[in-house]
Amino acid sequence: MTGLGLADGGGPVIPNFGHGTACLRHNHWFCPSWVHEHWGDILQPALVQHIYLTLISVSIGFAISFALALIAFRFGFLGPPLGAMSDILYCLPSISLFLLLVPVTGLSVTTLVIPLVAYTLFVLYPNILAGLRGVPPEVLESARGMGFTRLQTFWRVELPLAVPAIMAGLRVATVATISIATIAAIVLYYGLGGPIFDAINHPDIFRTELVAAGGLTILLALTADTLLALLQRALTPWSRQR
Amino acid sequence: MLASLFVDALQFIPDHAALLLQKAAETAELAFTALGIAILIAMPIGLWLGHRHRGLFLALGASSLGRALPSIALIGIFIAWLGVGFWNNTVVLVILAIPPILTNAYIGVDGVDRDVVEAARGMGLNERQILTGVELPLGLPLLLAGVRIAAVFVIATATIAGLAGGGGLGEIMENPTAYNDSGVLAAALCVAAMALATAFVLSLGQRAASRRMAPRA
Repeated sequence: MTGLGLADGGGPVIPNFGHGTACLRHNHWFCPSWVHEHWGDILQPALVQHIYLTLISVSIGFAISFALALIAFRFGFLGPPLGAMSDILYCLPSISLFLLLVPVTGLSVTTLVIPLVAYTLFVLYPNILAGLRGVPPEVLESARGMGFTRLQTFWRVELPLAVPAIMAGLRVATVATISIATIAAIVLYYGLGGPIFDAINHPDIFRTELVAAGGLTILLALTADTLLALLQRALTPWSRQR
Repeated sequence: MLASLFVDALQFIPDHAALLLQKAAETAELAFTALGIAILIAMPIGLWLGHRHRGLFLALGASSLGRALPSIALIGIFIAWLGVGFWNNTVVLVILAIPPILTNAYIGVDGVDRDVVEAARGMGLNERQILTGVELPLGLPLLLAGVRIAAVFVIATATIAGLAGGGGLGEIMENPTAYNDSGVLAAALCVAAMALATAFVLSLGQRAASRRMAPRA
């Protein structure tokens, strides 16, 4: 057996309703004591795994998207088929993709990363390409007038001017990846999806764990978005005077 | 081993066609009910805000919030709050489907050439006629793109709702002991096929709409 299907609760997460605090016994929405007690053994490891998963997926996705966008930028006729391909990938529901990859790549982080990478392509590739193509012709004309070679034009004119569009894509892709990565826990107890599925699989739905892990996911998404927005400001100092 | 597992999964589909059809119908019923309600809510708001060129913050905020919400956690919270049930699951899916539809309706209408809108106004069309007769057809490709994104998302998420006791294909995916790995894979294939088919139909509509509206040089 390859062990398909829901990952069984991996952690020592089962709340002991009989012996816990009153808050836990009544399954309240948020029991700070539980969060405090299990930060170290459940929530923090899950958060770190989630960040790791997101970083790998977005980095690989960015590298692939950038390469594809460069190809489509250089050879214009390849643009539509590449775009259609990333569209089709996006139409495969994540839950199916995760499950279908298990027999191929096993119960490993690779199985989680491949679908996440596929989803970043859908956002990153069109954004990078649109950014590169969106440089006004008169700007390119003046670059040529200044004697820039094709390569210099790319590195010193087209790429810097594409940064806002690229960064916008990167923000969207990162936030989406953080959210979709929770579903990855359907095949493997990994990341913040682990405690979320655990809480849902509990007969009464363990509310505190659900709210804590779900809340951490949203917080992580907002933090990543803010950091990338700051990075974008730092990268494009010329667009600040407005 | 690998090949045989997929062969088993493909074999599972004809062997259990009735079961899969019934579960797929449950998932589809949930997904399309939610999609329909979400369109009814989000489309008029997005169109009207886009027409007035107001509420960019709301339209964009809705989309980034929609992306950041982990669907599985939201479903869990609603089940813990309201219990399992068709309409409870529908509510979650509607919430998740609204942002892409709202944002694309806004962007589609907001992005229509202002000169065209002015020309229509000059011809004596009232605001409602401008919206339905000029801006809506011109923004239709983007509107449909929003519906397509929402549809794929809702079908996938309706399956996840099944994981938490909502029935449908997710119920098979959750239950490898009863249906074996081949059943889990078969259900995953069915969900993918449903989403692809829906996206394909909508993208045909999208293509037809943009071809009809493409300016002839």
